[in-house]
Amino acid sequence: MSINLTLIAQAITFFVFIWFCVRFVWPPVLGAIEERRKTIAEGLAAAEKGSKSLDEAKVQIAGLLDEARGQARQIIDQANARATSILEEARTGADQERERIIQSAQAEVQQQINRARDELRTQVAGIAVAGAEKILAREIDPRAHQALLDQLAAQI
Amino acid sequence: MAAGESLTTTSYIQHHLSFLAEPFAGGVIHADTMITSIVMGIIGLGFFWWVARGATSGVPTRRQAFVELVFDFVDDQVAGMFHGDRHKFVAPAALTVFVWVLLMNATSFLPVDWAAGAIHLAGPEEFRLTPTADVNTTFALALSVWFLMIYFNIAVKGLGGWLHELFCSPFGGNPLLWLFNFLFNVVEYVSKPLSHSLRLFGNLYAGEIIFLLLWVWAATGVSGVVFGSILGLGWAIFHILIVPLQAYIFMMMTIVYLQMAHESH
Repeated sequence: MSINLTLIAQAITFFVFIWFCVRFVWPPVLGAIEERRKTIAEGLAAAEKGSKSLDEAKVQIAGLLDEARGQARQIIDQANARATSILEEARTGADQERERIIQSAQAEVQQQINRARDELRTQVAGIAVAGAEKILAREIDPRAHQALLDQLAAQI
Repeated sequence: MAAGESLTTTSYIQHHLSFLAEPFAGGVIHADTMITSIVMGIIGLGFFWWVARGATSGVPTRRQAFVELVFDFVDDQVAGMFHGDRHKFVAPAALTVFVWVLLMNATSFLPVDWAAGAIHLAGPEEFRLTPTADVNTTFALALSVWFLMIYFNIAVKGLGGWLHELFCSPFGGNPLLWLFNFLFNVVEYVSKPLSHSLRLFGNLYAGEIIFLLLWVWAATGVSGVVFGSILGLGWAIFHILIVPLQAYIFMMMTIVYLQMAHESH
């Protein structure tokens, strides 16, 4: 065991190696590792954000679907109501039309009845006058007896 | 081994435990320790630097993933104990210690006689491969950490704070206790680098000696080769555990000492 200058030389060597490591070896390796850690952390955060926004989108989609479904139901309801009301209107119109047609028919019938009756009355009056002529054997002056005849016809 | 000398157990072991000592700047320096340790440091940190230069924050290559694995391992250890800004100094220092000591320890995996033979061909008579089995290396590391410890003590707590701690802890600030506190702290400050360095040195040195003894046995005959090889395999497998374990322990103690320097009592 002999202590000599080797000790000092080795100590110097040691410090040179430490300096070299502190200066040239440690920082780049540390930098690379730290940067990779940061990248990985950012990637994980981005993935988390992505999955979170996916969840949000899912919720949003469900909401939109619900809304659309509600709107569709509303439209169907409105259409149904509209159909019912149209049907109702049509029915009312048809009823009114029928009523009108019936009334006009009745009025026409009444008119024809009245006309027939007048004609009948006139003919009866004529027949009655002819009968009376035959009975009286002479011509009645139609002008002189027109009032009489009208009166007769009105009475029939 | 010089040609012509007879090979004895003592000379064999002595040969393998001799450093390549060269005169240097008025003293002596172990050229083998210096060369191997610097080569190992350059290989280890050079590899890390090479990968770190091309490091990407995207999908890493397998090479980068390996570097990041070691990086994270060291960083986790430091983060578990050290609560300051570890990236500024303590964590890279711990990484340096771990990688360098591990590779210096790992040189003991090389078969000593083959390596010695190859180096002998290149010239040097003696060459010890494992720098951490040289007490100079472990003391150099431990004392460097020790000075760093004192530096951070003063840098964090101020000179006054550190002196106050030296005299007033762990027993209390009563003037009667100052001497005891100081003695206690002196013992602590002396024992720290000793235990730090001698644990590493002892483990690697003992591992080296046991290999050498087994190879001496292997030279005694057929049964020696058989049993020496079997035991050598067993010890090598155990040594695979010791090498990273000692590097790990050395790093952990470095972190603990530097952490203690940052925390006031």
